[in-house]
This record gives sequence, C-alpha cells and structure tokens, in this order.
Amino acid sequence: MSSRELILGRVRRALADVRRDDGPYEEAVDRGYLREHGDRSVGRTVGLLAENLADYRALVHRCTDGELPELLARLLAGRGSRTVLVPPGLPPHWLASADATRVQDRAESTPHELDRVDSVVTGCAVAVAETGTIVLDGSPDQGRRRITLVPDHHICVVRVPDQVVSSVPQALERLSPGRPLTWISGPSATSDIELDRVEGVHGPRTLEVVLVGG
Amino acid sequence: MRVALFLTCVNDTLYPDTGRAAVRLLNRLGVDVDFPVGQTCCGQAHYNTGYRHEAEPLARRYAEVFGGYDAIVTPSGSCGAMVRELYPRMGERARAEGYGDTLAATLAPVVPKTYELTEFLVDVLGVTDVGAYYPHTVTYHPTCHGLRVLGLGDRPRRLLRAVKGLELVELPGAEECCGFGGTFALKNPEVSAAMGADKVRNAASTGAEVLCAADNSCLMHIGGTMTRLRTGMRPVHIAEILASTEEEPAA
Amino acid sequence: MSGTFVGMPAFPEAAREAVHDTTLRGNLRHATATIRAKRAKAVAEVADWAALREAGKQIKDHTLRHLDRYLVQLEEAVTAAGGTVHWAADADEANRIVADLVKATGESEVVKVKSMATQETGLNEALEAEGIRAYETDLAELIVQLGKDRPSHILVPAIHRNRGEIRDIFRSEMGEWGRPAPDGLTDTPAALAEAARLHLREKFLRAKVGISGANFMVAETGTLVVVESEGNGRMCLTLPETLISVVGIEKIVPTWRDLEVFLQTLPRSSTAERMNPYTSMWTGTSDVDGAATADGPRTFHLVLLDNGRTDTLADEVGRQALRCIRCSACLNVCPVYERAGGHAYGSVYPGPIGAILSPQLRGTRSEIDASLPYASSLCGACYEVCPVAIDIPEVLVHLRERVVQGGVVTERGAKVLLKPAKGHAAERAAMRAARWAFGRPGALRAGQRLASRTRRFHPRTLPGPGKAWSASRELPPVPAEPFRDWWQRTHGGKDGAK
Repeated sequence: MSSRELILGRVRRALADVRRDDGPYEEAVDRGYLREHGDRSVGRTVGLLAENLADYRALVHRCTDGELPELLARLLAGRGSRTVLVPPGLPPHWLASADATRVQDRAESTPHELDRVDSVVTGCAVAVAETGTIVLDGSPDQGRRRITLVPDHHICVVRVPDQVVSSVPQALERLSPGRPLTWISGPSATSDIELDRVEGVHGPRTLEVVLVGG
Repeated sequence: MRVALFLTCVNDTLYPDTGRAAVRLLNRLGVDVDFPVGQTCCGQAHYNTGYRHEAEPLARRYAEVFGGYDAIVTPSGSCGAMVRELYPRMGERARAEGYGDTLAATLAPVVPKTYELTEFLVDVLGVTDVGAYYPHTVTYHPTCHGLRVLGLGDRPRRLLRAVKGLELVELPGAEECCGFGGTFALKNPEVSAAMGADKVRNAASTGAEVLCAADNSCLMHIGGTMTRLRTGMRPVHIAEILASTEEEPAA
Repeated sequence: MSGTFVGMPAFPEAAREAVHDTTLRGNLRHATATIRAKRAKAVAEVADWAALREAGKQIKDHTLRHLDRYLVQLEEAVTAAGGTVHWAADADEANRIVADLVKATGESEVVKVKSMATQETGLNEALEAEGIRAYETDLAELIVQLGKDRPSHILVPAIHRNRGEIRDIFRSEMGEWGRPAPDGLTDTPAALAEAARLHLREKFLRAKVGISGANFMVAETGTLVVVESEGNGRMCLTLPETLISVVGIEKIVPTWRDLEVFLQTLPRSSTAERMNPYTSMWTGTSDVDGAATADGPRTFHLVLLDNGRTDTLADEVGRQALRCIRCSACLNVCPVYERAGGHAYGSVYPGPIGAILSPQLRGTRSEIDASLPYASSLCGACYEVCPVAIDIPEVLVHLRERVVQGGVVTERGAKVLLKPAKGHAAERAAMRAARWAFGRPGALRAGQRLASRTRRFHPRTLPGPGKAWSASRELPPVPAEPFRDWWQRTHGGKDGAK
C-alpha cells in the first residue's frame, strides 16, 4: 500500500465516530467577526494606513501624481542610490526625473547581480490600512518577488485611495490566490533576541512607501 | 430558599474557621444555611489527577446529598468549578464511552444551583456591602479556577472594597497561578515551590498584612510558603474577612 | 521526533535544574513578560477577537472532520499548479523523501526556513547522514544550530539565550559555518541581527535548494502560506531553483477566505504584531499568466506528514490539539514554562501545547511522555489566550487518565490496549482509599477526629513522598475539631452521618 493510501485510510478510521456535515461549507463556520474594524471615511482610512506603516518603521511620503517623479528622484538621490531595479511594467514617467541607472530584471539575472543594485521601485496590488501592510502580486509594475527582496532599499508606490482597503478580509477579496503574493508590513525585523522587536535582518532594511493621489 | 453549605473536604478537615465564618456571614445576611453532614468531597483531586472513574461515585454522592436544596454555596473556587464545569463533562464522557445518560442526568440538577460564595453574595443576594469591618491592609489573589473557569471577575474585590477599615492594595502579577495545582504541588514540587515563592514575594512587595483569596487550597500552599520565607504576612480566606464585624472581629 | 531528545528524563527531574538556573530564569522571565503585555495590547485592538477565535476553531474543526477530503483536494490543486505531492507516514519516510529529492538535484547543501515539522522529524541530522548540509536561516534557529543547542520555544527557539550569550556563540562559532562574526561584535540586538545578515547572505545567494514548512495550505487553491519576520523565509522560498515544503497534514484550511481569520489571529498571538513583516503565498510553481519571466523555484515538492497526527485525530478529546497554529501564546503565558524552560519538555514542542501534543504524537510509553500531562497546575491561562480555543487543561486531564488508567489508543493507525503506566501504584491506592472514605462520612469523620486528637504529635516536615510538600512549605496545623463536629455540637444532627 502506498503511504498516500495508508494515511488516508488512517484518517478515515480515526474519524469513524464523527458525523460529517454534508451542507455547504459557507454554512459550516460562524463568521460573526467584522469585515473591518471601525467606520471611517476614505481619507481617514488612508491616514490610518500611513500611521500603521510608520508604526512599524516604514518611511511614509505623500504626494500628487504630478509630484511623484520629483519625489522618487529625491528619495533615490537622498540615499545615494546609483542603480535602481525597475519592474518591466513600471510606468516610465515615475522615474523620469531620477538620475540613478535603471536596471531591468531579466530572467537570467542572478541573485548576486540583484544584490549589487542599490534600490528598487515598484507599485503594489493592494494596501491594508488596519495592519499597515502592502501586498505585491507579481503584476508588471511589481515584478518578480526577488527584486523586492535582495536590494536593501525598497520604494513602494501606493495609489490612494483606490488601492487601499481597511482590513485583511477586504484585501483577500481583491487578491488572486494563483499569483505569488508577498505581504509586507514594514522593513524586515526579528523578535528572536529576548522577544524584543528590532528592524533590519535579511529583507530590505529600508522600506519607503509613497502614497500618491490626486 | 433552602440553602446548603458545601464546605469541601479540605475546609471541613483543616479550615473549620472558614466554615464557621461562612455560616455566620450568611446568617447575618438573613440566609438560613444548612450543612448536610452526608457531604464529603467533590472528587476534584481524583478527576484532575486522572482518576475520573474514582471521582464518579463522589459526584453522584454530591448530587444526592445536595439535590434537595435550592442553592448550594461553597467557599472554594476550584470545587465550585469542579461541579459547574467538570460534572457536565463527566456526564458527557460517560455517555461517549457507552454508559448511557444516567450519570449526566444524575448530575445535571445540582450543576446550575452550585455557587461560589462571592458569586452567591453578589449575584443571588445582590449585596456587595455585607456590613463587615476588618481594619487591615489586604491584597487579593484571584485563584485560577475562580478567575478563569467560574469567571468571578471583580466580585471578590467589590466585596472587599466595601469592607469598613479595609485597605485593598493591588497584587502585582495577581492573575498568575500560585503554583498549588492540587497534586501538581507534589508531582512537580520544584516548579510549584518556585511559583509559590514568586507569588509570596509579589504579595510581600505590597506591604499588606494579609493575602486574601477565595480558596483555602491555594492559601495552604501560599501560607506554607509565607511561613517558610518568614514574610510575616498571613493568608486569610475571604469568608473570614467578610464575616468579621466590629462586634465580632476576626481572630 | 528529533533524536536529540531521546532518553530525556521525566519532566520533574528535567525541570529541577532549570528552576535553579538563575540566568535561564531571568532570560525567560524577561522575554515572556515582554511579550505577554504586548500580546494583550495587540488583541485588545480588535473588538471582534472572541468571534475570530471561535471562527478559527470552527474552521479547523470542520477541516479535521473532513480531513481526507481536503487532503485529496489539496493534492489535486497543488499538482494542477505544477507541484509534486509526496506522502510521509512517519519521520523516517519524510526524511528519506527529502534526502532523495535533494540528491536528485546534485546539490549537497540546502537553506532552511524555520519549520516545526522538520524539527520534529530531525531532518537536519538525517540530511547530515546523507552528506547534505542544512543551514538554518531563522535567527533563533541559527543561534541554536551554531550553539549545538536544542530549541526551547516554538516561535523563538533560542529564547533561553540572552544577548550576551548570543554574541559569544556568534563570535566563537560563525567561522566554522561560513563568514565569521564581524570584529568587535557587540551584544546589541541590531548588531547581532546585522551579523546574522552578513553570515547568511552568501548562503542565500548561492542556494539551489530551499526547505520550508508552511503555516497554512489552502485546499481549494493549492496555495501555501509562510508567515515570518526576517525575510529569510522569502529568501528560501524565492531564490532557489527547487523548493521542498514539509507540512503536517493538519495545516489545511478549506478555502482562500479562511486566511482572513488566521492572518488576523496568528500575528497578534505570536509576535504580538498587527501583522508580521512578511507573509509569502505561492501556488505550485507560481507561474503567472502572461509574465515574461518565471517567479521563484521552477520545481516544487510538497511532503505531507502524518507522524502521529492521524493517531491524535483518532482521539475524540485529544484531537483538538490538531487545531494548533503554532503561535506560542500558550508558552508565553504559562507559569510552568516560565520556570521550567523549554528543554524540560523533551520535545521540539514545549510548553502547554507540547504537553498535550508530544504524548499524542509519540504516545505515552516513555518516561518523559508519561510525565508531560502532569507538567501543569491546570491554571487555564493557556486556554484563555489560545487563538483556536484549544482547551489544553481538558486534554491534559484526559491524557492523565490515559497514563494512570490505560485504555484503547491508536498507534500507527492501529487500535491497541494500553496498560496503566508504571509508577502510579501508590497514588492509585491512595485515590481508591480516599474515594472509599469519602463515600462514607462516618469513616471520614473518624479519620478527621484521629488527626485532631493527635495533632500535637504531628511532625513539621514529612518523610517519603510528603517531603515534596514540606521541603518548601509548612504544613497547615490540624484544628482541634473538624467543622462537622462543631456543626453537630452547635446545630444538632438534623440528619446524622450515613
């Protein structure tokens, strides 16, 4: 007998005493919890996102669409970034004012090559206000997961208010499970030393989030 | 209302003062309380040590002895929790093991009628000021089963705050277990003693003269540790504080 | 489970040393006190915590009740997404599958994300025996691996170490495994994290094979979820060409939507954060339609692990332990864990959850496993904080019954009759005697009177088993008369003792 059949057989015998529900799964669980916490205006939700991002040490900036190229150029220059990774579908005008050399992500780019790039600029799929989270889903303006992981500086542009939801349940509704997803809440951190949180381990140690709108 | 005192085997044997205090307190509040002498032990130690089948006859005895009363009052959070939380579970387990509904049906009537003393005072009699006088500094330790199983909440503290002359001081780490845990104190003596010592040190840090709780089993462990560590504090059951008056002060 | 725990003494003996280790006590007190307060605050932020907890419990219970169906559904979904599913009945089989998969790639080293399942199977030791070196990349796991130590906490396996000890381990051991610690390394957490970053970077960048566990597997979509903080998880899950995930069969949730519950309860319960820094979700080989370049490993293997889980599932009371999402909240609030430390539990699963999980996954036949159900004062703090409402005290008492009474249990899928454990004969006799006396108030009263009359002769300390009490506590004095005698004297015998 294969281990598959062995394990499935053990499961079925273990559940011999159990009454199976045949009803639809939607009715099997009491989902009396909230879809979102609190009742806020759209503006307040964006404010909460900014507050919670900052609480976990992300650097938050706000600007209008027109100001975005100048702001990104300033952020890259301020950090002294000479090279910047660019996902294939990043709107070209975002980096129109930046001096840093654009580096395209190629299929054959090795992790070592990515490690030599100073910064990365991406869009995002959705941002969650209650938790201060941005979610990347591999869309063309975000690129492969590795490009937001290996460089030490990540600038993520969130279009507000369209890309902002209040809560985790609302975020999951917007996301497609078939895509590779990365949920990011602040820069890399650890609680492994005396259960005290410190920022900065393997992922980007600086996370800047630009909330762009209007 | 016919009210019975379920004193518990530990109090009956080692802490009769708590029993006398409970009777005096209830009488003063106009409750005619009876002590059915057929009572012995709720079976908690058996059950929690893994001897559920040894606990079953004791539970049946409890149901038989107290079945005729309207309310059963016990000055022990853990014995109260045994009846209220674990008697129904014993019934369920017997049913699941194919012994039918007899045990569950026998125990069911006494379960909702069993009250821990402070619960009975606040919820049934509706009093928080019981007219007590106790001119001492007191810190209160909420015992685990009263706190987490019965959900006594702030009832004991409300009763203590209304006592004339009593100064209530907060106990640091109040909700942490004292380390008694029934046979745990014997099976894991080192850990139990370490927990007890921390509890006593926290109590001593308050400067209170008295550590009060609603369960003498825990107080036996805490008090025994206090004596050994020579803190000069006394463990006192809440019934004895609430029974104390200016005319008849507690010893 | 891991070979490093074989032959552990029973919990009370193992705990004795820890209780008197003042450094360890200080480390644990500091760490658990920090996290307790933070967790309480993080939980208080969400008004619907009780409803989330109940939903989490119901989702897991429903899944377990239909586990066979969801396992098959998951297998189909993972396979359809380009992954390969393997089934491992026990630790040895899981280790063999992983070792063969690694060897097939031609590689001799792997990078690992912190995973309880592979700790449980002792994968690192098994790979070592096959000539494959496994690098732990979670900071705490790295500390444990470099220190040739054992994990003592589910979330923070090196919780028993303070910053000074960690610095010393990094200084003396990092060079053996790769890039040495920077000169002049201090003990600030930031400096230690930086040292780990530098040490592991070269390993991440060259790794061809990654090994992980998973926090959740979604049956309907085949999606796996890893919740982490440092970014080592993302490194292992995205840079290598081959990814092997070893996951316990109970980690399934039925639907995508179910994650909305656990992604709210897990971070708040474990690291006490609104959300952990990184969560990765992938489905098979994660090919995005229309994407020009592939994202992440080209080959994905999922190893589904039983190793005692189906035996646990067969127990009507004990099966609730399989709801566990490994958050560690129960460890952090447990007064016994705080004083005994994680090593005393003799398992990769320490603390209250370990005390009900290890004796079910491994059975109660060894001395350590038979002692674990007693490693609790039944204070109930663990149940109170559990985000999936596992009634740990209930299962502890249930397992105590199994130890002292024996009975029918399931071992490796077969029902067997377990004999009562040895060493409980005196206790059993005492319990029977007490039951006999408590069944006869007359006998009880005779005993009480005898004690009262002889009270002046009672010793202040007890010999034999009683020493366990009197070594650290005074005995209460026996009163001049028991309550029932006073009552009879003052209130008359309304109904005499039967």
